[in-house]
Amino acid sequence: MAHDDKPGVDQVTGRETTGHEWDGIRELNTPLPRWWLWTLYATIVWAVGYWIFYPAWPLVTSYTTGVSGWMTRTAVEDSIAELHAIRGETGKKIISAGLSEIENTPDLLSYARAQGKAAFATNCATCHGSGASGAVGYPNLNDDDWLWGGTLDQIATTIRHGVRSADQKAHSGVMLPFGRTGMLQRPQVDLVVDYVRSLSGLEVRAGSDLPAGAAIFKQNCASCHGDDGKGKRDTGAPNLTDVIWLYGSSREDVFQSVWNGRGGVMPNWQGRLDEATIKSLAVYVHTLGGGE
Amino acid sequence: MISLVINHAKDRPASHDNDEGPLYAGRQKIFPNAVHGKFRRIKTALLIVTLGIYYFLPFVRWDRGPDAPGQAVLVDFAHQRFYFFFIEIWPQEVYYITGLLILAALALFLMNAVGGRVWCGYLCPQTVWTDLFLAVERFVEGDRRSRIRLENAPWSVAKLIRRSVKHTIWLAIAWWTGGAWVLYFADAPTLVHQLATLTAPPMAWIWIGILTATTYTLAGHMREQVCTYMCPWPRIQAALTDEDALTVTYRYDRGEPRGHYKKNEALRLAGLPAGDCVDCFQCLHACPTGVDIRDGNQLACVNCGLCVDACDSVMTKLNRPTGLIAYDNDANIRRRLAGEKEVRRIVRPRTILYAGLILFVAGIMAFALGTREVSGISVLHDRNPVYIRLSDGTIRNGYTLRLLNKLGTEARFALSVTGLNGAEIEAVGIAETESGRPVVMVRPDQTQEVRLLVTYRDELPPQASIRIGIVATPVSGGEAAIAYDYFKGP
Ligand code: SF4
Ligand code: SF4
Repeated sequence: MAHDDKPGVDQVTGRETTGHEWDGIRELNTPLPRWWLWTLYATIVWAVGYWIFYPAWPLVTSYTTGVSGWMTRTAVEDSIAELHAIRGETGKKIISAGLSEIENTPDLLSYARAQGKAAFATNCATCHGSGASGAVGYPNLNDDDWLWGGTLDQIATTIRHGVRSADQKAHSGVMLPFGRTGMLQRPQVDLVVDYVRSLSGLEVRAGSDLPAGAAIFKQNCASCHGDDGKGKRDTGAPNLTDVIWLYGSSREDVFQSVWNGRGGVMPNWQGRLDEATIKSLAVYVHTLGGGE
Repeated sequence: MISLVINHAKDRPASHDNDEGPLYAGRQKIFPNAVHGKFRRIKTALLIVTLGIYYFLPFVRWDRGPDAPGQAVLVDFAHQRFYFFFIEIWPQEVYYITGLLILAALALFLMNAVGGRVWCGYLCPQTVWTDLFLAVERFVEGDRRSRIRLENAPWSVAKLIRRSVKHTIWLAIAWWTGGAWVLYFADAPTLVHQLATLTAPPMAWIWIGILTATTYTLAGHMREQVCTYMCPWPRIQAALTDEDALTVTYRYDRGEPRGHYKKNEALRLAGLPAGDCVDCFQCLHACPTGVDIRDGNQLACVNCGLCVDACDSVMTKLNRPTGLIAYDNDANIRRRLAGEKEVRRIVRPRTILYAGLILFVAGIMAFALGTREVSGISVLHDRNPVYIRLSDGTIRNGYTLRLLNKLGTEARFALSVTGLNGAEIEAVGIAETESGRPVVMVRPDQTQEVRLLVTYRDELPPQASIRIGIVATPVSGGEAAIAYDYFKGP
């Protein structure tokens, strides 16, 4: 900028200059349009009004709340209430319809699947995985192996009351710690482990006495797992003849199960989730593909 | 390089010595004169055509069958459809809108390369509505002189009446403008009836209100200020233009030195230099943006050609050749001054490129529109788990399908899988089958989500990833839709 910052008149245009000069070019004085200036003032007034009406200024531990009483929290609550109102209609139909009716009505099915999926992600995915594919000790809900039954109603019952939970009607039944409690001696446990693994075609220790294992099985295990080892649903005893092993199929894994016992827990969801959500969850899980 | 020699000491007014100048400038009101001529006629014709389309298009009917809306142009937000005559755009096809925007941008570039800011002068909604509002103003208050007189006159009953009539008509037009806007978003006759009986939805009233206010303010009060202060296009346009573009130009080679008609005539007879411009200011008075085009090409000029018409009528009266102001450019003025021939190069690399791109994009869009399917299928493989081992050891994959039916009638699709011999399929919740294939019903103009499970009982190679096709065959015949994905093994 030049030293001579005094306004003058530009000879070529005959207009006033601001006196600002850069590299020999002088700036014409082109004042703002009046409305433009008013708009600026209006925004300033608006800003002041905003400070008064809305939460705006941070204080040390809180903030100014504003006289309008508006809060993001209440705004969220309002929109949640609005959402519930919108869902209400279909939600009511879900509550009154039977589970298989929901599954056979395309509209209700897609609604239930969407709601079930969301509820699953928040409540169930922690144990069963986001895609319900389970983990060691937590059943995969996509496959066709069900400890407590895979029909719509059975799934709903399991969700409602849980497994070995605080609920009176929860599924119960335990795999006893046969080794730890001394009910079976170590060689016996080894024999029965071999026998059980042979049921689903897994390799056994060379020279293992399978008939002896079968005898031990018959005495100690068949009451829950059945004579044929196919499992029983009233006790939640798994099918030992298929390829699906909840706690792993290695010799070490099966030994651990027999020695220390097993007994996974699933919470009861009745009371924590509303009826429509529970039904949606049951339908969602059933339609994952493993449902019976 | 341009060098300016400015003697500030001489010109500096005493009063400004310690003064930064005024903070703002009040708007200089502009009272454009009515003109008659070629470009005025083009402008009027375009005004009638564009506004006619805007105001009446929603009432054009188009038969699409009983369940679809019968309006030719309709933005149906509730059902997420956009109807344009025989074209129906679904949300997943918004790329057509993108294509249209690209076309619009290219068309703007082409117009600019050919005729500078002609878009601004003839077709821009701001110009068109301003022109309409000006016509009303002229009709109520008279032409330039009487408008200025009225402006300066003290308030009287007569002035009050004139002004109220003008503003009432303006508001009525503005209201109709907002009203026409909402008609594009609902069935027009129904909405008109609802508006008349005050039963229209609040959204309609809000939008009419907003558009009434903006039309009234922008076209009635802001006018050329929108073009000079608010619109970004003149700045962009200035960067895009080249010296071959035809812009409204004062041919100073012919006009200068300007002077009184008789005096210039005498000079001319005496063989002395005399220009054609008689300094009558008709060009300036005709200009809706208040530009004196004789000062050269400038940002505020919207290239509307009204000054051309104004000057041409002056020239005709004076028996001088017309075209003292014309669509021309400075390059030609330079050429004429240098004694060269003037050239008008409309066809040049830039215009050919823009026109070519327009044809190209339009061609792609026409092709895409012409060949698009009336039904479709998209598929999403389950990610978690990628595959499932069933209790008997076989492998199953899960997929989420979305079937699309763009027809006005219900459609049934039989599902099957290709590429994996012996695969069994099951669609969750679908009982109906046809020769072993699950049949999914999709309602007219809807999509339907289906969960499909594919089970394969034979040995799979380790880490198998087999490309399969999921086929939806319309039961009533017609072309099958197919989507490809993979069947994954452990
Ligand atoms: S100078 Fe001429 S072409 Fe430019 S805006 Fe004014 S009347 Fe229109
Ligand atoms: S209308 Fe033509 S003659 Fe009159 S001042 Fe403008 S350029 Fe000159």
